[in-house]
Amino acid sequence: MKALRLALLALVRDGKSGELRVLMLALVVAVAALTAVGFFTSRVQQAVDRQAGEVLAADLRLQSRSPLADDYLRLAQEAGLESAQLATFPSVVMHGDATALSAITAVSDGYPLRGQVRVAPTLLAPAQAAEGIPGPGEAWLAARLFAQLDIDIGARIQVGNAELVATRVLDYRPDQGSQFVDLAPTLLMRLDDVAATGLIQEGSRVSYVQLFAGDRAAVGAFKELLTSRKKPTERLADINDASPQIRSAVERAGRFLNLAALVTLLLAAIAVAIAARRYVARHLDTAALMKSIGASQNLVLAITVLELAMIAIAASIVGAALGFGAQHGIAYLLKDLVRSELPPPSLSAAGLGLVTALAILVGFALPPLLQLRFVPPARVLRRNLEPPPLRYVTVYGTAIAALVALLGWLVRDLALLSVVLVGTLVTFAALIGAGALLVLALGRLRGSVGVAWRYGIANIARRGRDSVIQVVAFGLGLMVLLLLAVVRSDLMQEWRASLPADAPNQFMINIRPEQASDVRDFFAERGFAPPELVPMVRARLVEINERPVGEIELPTDRGREFIEREANLTWAQHIQVDNTLVAGTWWTPDDGGGPRVSVEIEMARALGLELGDVLTYDVAGERVSARVTSFRKVQWDTFRPNFFMVFSPGTLDDQTGTYITSIHVPRERKRDLLDFMRRFPEVTVIDIEAILAQVRGVMDKAALAVQYVFGFTLLAGVAVLLAAIQATRDERRYESAMLRTLGARRRVVLQGVAAEFTTLGLLAGTLAAFGASAAGYVLARRVFNLDYSVDPTVWIVGLLAGALLVGVTGTLATRSVVDHPPIETLRKG
Amino acid sequence: MHIAEPVLRAEKVTKEVSSPEGTLTIVAGVDLSVAPGESVAIIGASGAGKSTLLALLAGLDEPTSGRVWLNGSELTALDEDGRAQVRANHVGFVFQSFHLVPALTAIENVMLPLELAGKPNAREAAAEALEAVNLSARRHHYPRQLSGGEQQRVAIARAFVTRPAVLFADEPTGNLDAATGERIIELLFDLNAASRTTLVVVTHDPAVARRCERTIRIEAGRLVA
Repeated sequence: MKALRLALLALVRDGKSGELRVLMLALVVAVAALTAVGFFTSRVQQAVDRQAGEVLAADLRLQSRSPLADDYLRLAQEAGLESAQLATFPSVVMHGDATALSAITAVSDGYPLRGQVRVAPTLLAPAQAAEGIPGPGEAWLAARLFAQLDIDIGARIQVGNAELVATRVLDYRPDQGSQFVDLAPTLLMRLDDVAATGLIQEGSRVSYVQLFAGDRAAVGAFKELLTSRKKPTERLADINDASPQIRSAVERAGRFLNLAALVTLLLAAIAVAIAARRYVARHLDTAALMKSIGASQNLVLAITVLELAMIAIAASIVGAALGFGAQHGIAYLLKDLVRSELPPPSLSAAGLGLVTALAILVGFALPPLLQLRFVPPARVLRRNLEPPPLRYVTVYGTAIAALVALLGWLVRDLALLSVVLVGTLVTFAALIGAGALLVLALGRLRGSVGVAWRYGIANIARRGRDSVIQVVAFGLGLMVLLLLAVVRSDLMQEWRASLPADAPNQFMINIRPEQASDVRDFFAERGFAPPELVPMVRARLVEINERPVGEIELPTDRGREFIEREANLTWAQHIQVDNTLVAGTWWTPDDGGGPRVSVEIEMARALGLELGDVLTYDVAGERVSARVTSFRKVQWDTFRPNFFMVFSPGTLDDQTGTYITSIHVPRERKRDLLDFMRRFPEVTVIDIEAILAQVRGVMDKAALAVQYVFGFTLLAGVAVLLAAIQATRDERRYESAMLRTLGARRRVVLQGVAAEFTTLGLLAGTLAAFGASAAGYVLARRVFNLDYSVDPTVWIVGLLAGALLVGVTGTLATRSVVDHPPIETLRKG
Repeated sequence: MHIAEPVLRAEKVTKEVSSPEGTLTIVAGVDLSVAPGESVAIIGASGAGKSTLLALLAGLDEPTSGRVWLNGSELTALDEDGRAQVRANHVGFVFQSFHLVPALTAIENVMLPLELAGKPNAREAAAEALEAVNLSARRHHYPRQLSGGEQQRVAIARAFVTRPAVLFADEPTGNLDAATGERIIELLFDLNAASRTTLVVVTHDPAVARRCERTIRIEAGRLVA
């Protein structure tokens, strides 16, 4: 009780005197950053949990690229289960001249078996649960489609050969897939209206689905029955299979934002460590006095720890409240990515705040604070008596232990934890090295500047270690923001510039063989360069070297994914211009070499293939084998149709397939495209430009959200700066008094201070611009294969922002020191 | 001369510290005995070892060798917490720079040693002590709201409130102007007389030394008179 009362009194007094301001600021920033991310991910997590039961719109979902047998429906009926069917495929829908790519979902009565479809009667009305499915000749469209077609309820739209009336705004359907955006908005229509559209032809990209639901035992038995009967190409999913991907996607996103928040946490921890040193220095006298009049070591310790605990609680409450407010910002920035309404955040993320605050305090503030316990009581008589110095092992050991514990708790993945930890330590070491070099180089300028600047630069050099920490802390905050804001958009531009002006912008798929010449003629008549039509056959890899793929251990997940689904195959006489042979030889016409296949090199690695291996495909029930004779490197971003597997002519020619092509249609000739769609309604035209714009939009939003989280990093940088200023306050006050006693005017002293912080800011800006440019260069050359020229904006923004932010903040925070009457300072000694 | 059992006794007390120039002897083999109720002034030049001797006698510091007893307890046989307990129960301090806890009001500062010693009715006793130094009106003020003389009066009230067996004062007037210092000394000796406390005072001020019954001079760590 005694300790608690004294701790409370100390807290009140320290709070009033402003001693705790920086400590609190640093803790609050860290807690706010982490809880904002925590609150946001808890919302998405809950949304996912809530919908896990209905993501299938059923208890069991059978899916295939080929039509499913009606037998299954009969069996389900016999087993007493409900059932429904649907078919999904991409298609362009039109209204007048307006077109939009849409994901058509055609459903039978009874859909959905689990969950509800939600629709609104008008664009602005609130959504309600729908009764049944769209009526004959009707369609329910996602709001995005209404916007893209510029139509309202009641409009007649063209879907293939059929005309449908848009009667409702589709807000939500339970099996719309992941919470994150898919590229095309949904159009919901009746399955029995599909025939009239003429859109489903042989070779079309259609997913056929049967849904089943009933009581648990019946569903379980039926699942076993289906598993034994279904074809290998038909995929069965129940609720347990449905959610893991979404869950792990959400977890990954959460981890990523958490990592962004961690940078903030690290800087905040540095600020806390500096503030704690100052706190100890200011409390040595009181601790010595308490001991001299009879307080035990444990009492002194208890007061300190209790005060610290109260600070942690206060900071976590304030920080969590700010984090709660800030998560609305993240949710707002990502609102287009997370389509459905998010549930309110769970308050458990606030607990994260308390853990964060405690971990930072225990790791970074407690070791120096424990020294108070060892203050010699004789300090009341001789002020130069200090507690024994802390051992480095204690200081860094506790800090790293706290960091590892917190990181481990947030990341929950040992491999990732070690990568992050090593990455962090190496980055910090590099930044500190660079910062130290900058500070060192600065010293050389001293002789060539005026008195105020000389005083400022001298101060930076004298407080060498502290200066480096400030430069790194601020530089890091600026660097990540520069990277996200300037370098990212540079890379985007660089990439766009790397594409030729006439790069294809329209993809056409589902062209039937008999239409091929008509399609070619269509474009030739209109003066386009005749497009190259590439044949395409869908097939499934069943054997490698006559061993069934199911028995083969594959080196990667990617390889497994590849063999689990049907693949697109093609054949060609000549190697495509955007392909490069990296191993083996290409075939020549009529060389009599038999069926052969050329494999894309990354895929070859994923499947563990070697030249000479024999691949066997199941093409619509027929087995086709071919020998691997070459590996190719493919340049995917040319927007030409490209394939993992290219067969020699004559191997697949007899198979029923479709053609695929890509073409560049200039903006002013979009009308020709509309004519094309009217003439070939069953050919699916995909506007890559629109999709790219959408992808860019998504990336911009995501980058903005990450930037937003990094905004806290900059604030933590400010906290480090303020902590460092506070730590040198007494020293500065004395210096300022001395200078003024020696005849310096107040303005000159202030100019010196401004020069010091502006220089620090310039150093931080230099480090930030250098780091961001280097990271941009590495990303461009290594990851994106682009040329990267350093954008001077990075340097201008970096230096200006650094000089302004640090210069102004530092000068303002030090102003009161300069204003302090010198006589008072000198009298105190 | 003093027949009563001494309240404070030092036997061959030596304090050495290591410095870059080698071992430095600050207090060298001091023997001292102070009777209950006696007032002793320790005088000497700056750096002669006055404050170190005071710290050793009060158990604030440990000697390199030798023994110290205070009110029947051997300080040199106790650990830091044990010495703190002895101080809480039997010792009062008045310092040159007052050393009030800035977080506490005047009355709370006076209550502090009573609370640390676990004594009851701390608030009433503290109010009485403040009354005795004529500061009742300012009992709820914080140290920074008090003048130097007032702060020292609070410190004196804090020193006497536990009715200590020994009161140690280190340059009690060092930070005060002459007139205020005189009034503080007046107060200190009046209270000392009234409560029959033993007083050990380190001072530069001959006027203070003259008020004491005995004066001990220390030179280069040794007692010379």
